[in-house]
Amino acid sequence: MAGQAITLHDELASRPGHDTWLTRILRRMFILVSLSFLAALLFAPLATVFATALGKGVEAYFASFNDPDTRSAIRLTLTAVAVVVPLNTLFGLAAAWAIGKFEFRGKSFLITLIDLPLAVSPVISGMIYVLMFGLQGWFGAWLQEHDISIIFALPGIILATMFVTFPYVARELIPLMQQLGNDEEEAAITLGANGWTTFFRVTLPKVRWGLVYGIILCNARAMGEFGAVSVVSGHIRGLTNTMPLHIEILYNEYNFVGAFAVASLLTLLAVATLIVKTLIERTGYKRH
Amino acid sequence: MSAAATEAAQATFRQPSILPGFGLTFGFTTFFLSALVLLPLAALVLMAGSMDWHSFIHTITSPRALGSYRLSFGASLLAATINLVFGFIIAWTLVRYEFPGRKLIDALIDMPFALPTAVSGIALTSVFAANGWIGQYLEPFGIKVAYTWIGVTVALTLISMPFMVRTVQPALEEVQKDLEDAAETLGAGRFYIFRRIILPTVLPAMLTGFTLAFARAVGEYGSVIFIAGNLPMKTEITPLLIVIKLEEFDYKGAAALGVVMLAISFCMLLAINLLQAWGRRRLTGVGR
Repeated sequence: MAGQAITLHDELASRPGHDTWLTRILRRMFILVSLSFLAALLFAPLATVFATALGKGVEAYFASFNDPDTRSAIRLTLTAVAVVVPLNTLFGLAAAWAIGKFEFRGKSFLITLIDLPLAVSPVISGMIYVLMFGLQGWFGAWLQEHDISIIFALPGIILATMFVTFPYVARELIPLMQQLGNDEEEAAITLGANGWTTFFRVTLPKVRWGLVYGIILCNARAMGEFGAVSVVSGHIRGLTNTMPLHIEILYNEYNFVGAFAVASLLTLLAVATLIVKTLIERTGYKRH
Repeated sequence: MSAAATEAAQATFRQPSILPGFGLTFGFTTFFLSALVLLPLAALVLMAGSMDWHSFIHTITSPRALGSYRLSFGASLLAATINLVFGFIIAWTLVRYEFPGRKLIDALIDMPFALPTAVSGIALTSVFAANGWIGQYLEPFGIKVAYTWIGVTVALTLISMPFMVRTVQPALEEVQKDLEDAAETLGAGRFYIFRRIILPTVLPAMLTGFTLAFARAVGEYGSVIFIAGNLPMKTEITPLLIVIKLEEFDYKGAAALGVVMLAISFCMLLAINLLQAWGRRRLTGVGR
C-alpha cells in the first residue's frame, strides 16, 4: 500500500505540467497536522503517566505498590478477569459455532443483540445490575433475606465486567468462522470424527489468531473497565476497589505518584495489548 | 442444492447440516445472552416503566437533566465533528504517505481503545490543567481546558478518535488510483479530483465514523469525570447524573435517565446500520 503511494507520487511529480511543490507542501502539512493532533491528545498524556509516576524517583514509584490497598486492588482486578475472560471466551466460541456454522432464522438479529453491550453507556451497564440486585432493586429484598450480596461485592463487579466485555471474542470469531466456511469440518465429520474432535482438531487451529485477538481485547477492557464497575462496586477500600477505581481514589486524595503508578501498570498492559494485536495482524489476520 | 436449502430454511427454523452441536451452542448462546444482557436491560425498562408518566417526564426534563443533555450531546457532537476533520487527515496521512514511524503511529491509533478510561482521564487532566504541559501555554490566553466544557470535549475527542480513523482508513484504501490518474490525465485539478472521486467514495465511511464516534462519546464516563469539574448544570454529563441518582438510591430517576440514553443509543445503532447499508450499495454501485 505504502509502496504504491510512493510510486504514485513519484509518477505524479515527474509528469509534465504538474505542480510538484503543491503536493509536497500538502504532504508535509498533513503529516504535521496529524502528528501535532496525536501529540497533544495522545502522546503527551501517555508520557505524563510515566513522568508523574516516576516524578519522585524510582523508589517512590515502587514503594507505592507496597500499599496494601493498592495490592488488594490489583488482586481484585486479576480475580475478576480470571472469571470474566474464560467465560466470555467460552461464550464467544459457542456463539461463533452456532452463528458461523449454521443458517437459521433471525441470525442477524441475534448478532445485533450480541453487539448491544458495545452501544450502551458503561454507566448503564453497571446500573442494570444495581436495579436487579441492589437494595431497592427487583430482587434486593429477597437477596437481603438470604444474606447474599451481589452489589457492592465481587459478584456485581464480575457481572458488570462481563457485560461490557461480552461481545469481544464473539465479534472476532463470528465473521472469521463465516468466512472460513464449513468444508473442512464437513469432511472431518463425514470421515467419522465426532463433534469435539472436529472442533479441537479442525476448527480451533483455523481460528486461533482470531481467538487470541478477541481474548486480548476482552482482557484489556476487563482490566480497565471503570464506569460499569464504579456503579456496582461501592468503592470499599481494600475490598471492592479494582485498579481503575483505586486510581480514582488515590487521585482524589492528591496522591499523584500512587495514582499514576497504578495507571502506569494499566498503560503498560495497553501497550502490551497493542503489541500482541499488531503481531497477530502481521500473521495475516486482518480486522477489516 | 441452495434453492432446496432456502426452501427448507423457509419451512423450518434452520437449514439442515451434517455438523453437530447446533442445539448446544445455540442454547448456550441464547441463555447466556438472555441472562446477562437482555434480562437486566428489561429490568431497567421495567423500572422506568413503573414510574407514573408525570414523574417520568418531570425527571427527564428537570433543569439539571436538560443541562446534562446539553453538555453530553453538545460536547459529543463537537468531538465527533473535530474527529471528522482530524480523523480524516490522520487516516489520509496513514494511507497515502510514507514517513518514518508511520507503522508505529498506525498501531498507536488504537491506544484509546486499549487504554483504561480512568487512565486517559487523569492523564489528560494533568496535561491540560493550568500548570500542565499544554495547559500552561493556554492559560495566558485565558483558555481554560481542564474543569470546563472544553476539557469534556478534549476527552471525548480522544476516546472517539479511533472510531473515525479506523472507519475511514479502509475506505481510503478502496479509492481507485487509476480513476485519479485518469482524471489527472484529463486535466482535472487536485481539488476537483478530491471532490469528485475521493470524497464520494469515503463519504459513507466518514458518516459512519462520525456516528460511531458520537455514540461512543455520549455514553462515555471514565475519562470525562476527571477533567469535567462536575458542576451541576455546567460541567455535569448525563452518565454522571445517573450515577449521582443511584448513589442517592433514586433508582427510578436513574432508570428514567437510563431509558433516555438507551433510546438514543438505539437510534444511533439504527443510523449506523442504515449508513453502512447505504455505503455498501454506493460502493457496489460505483463498481469495482
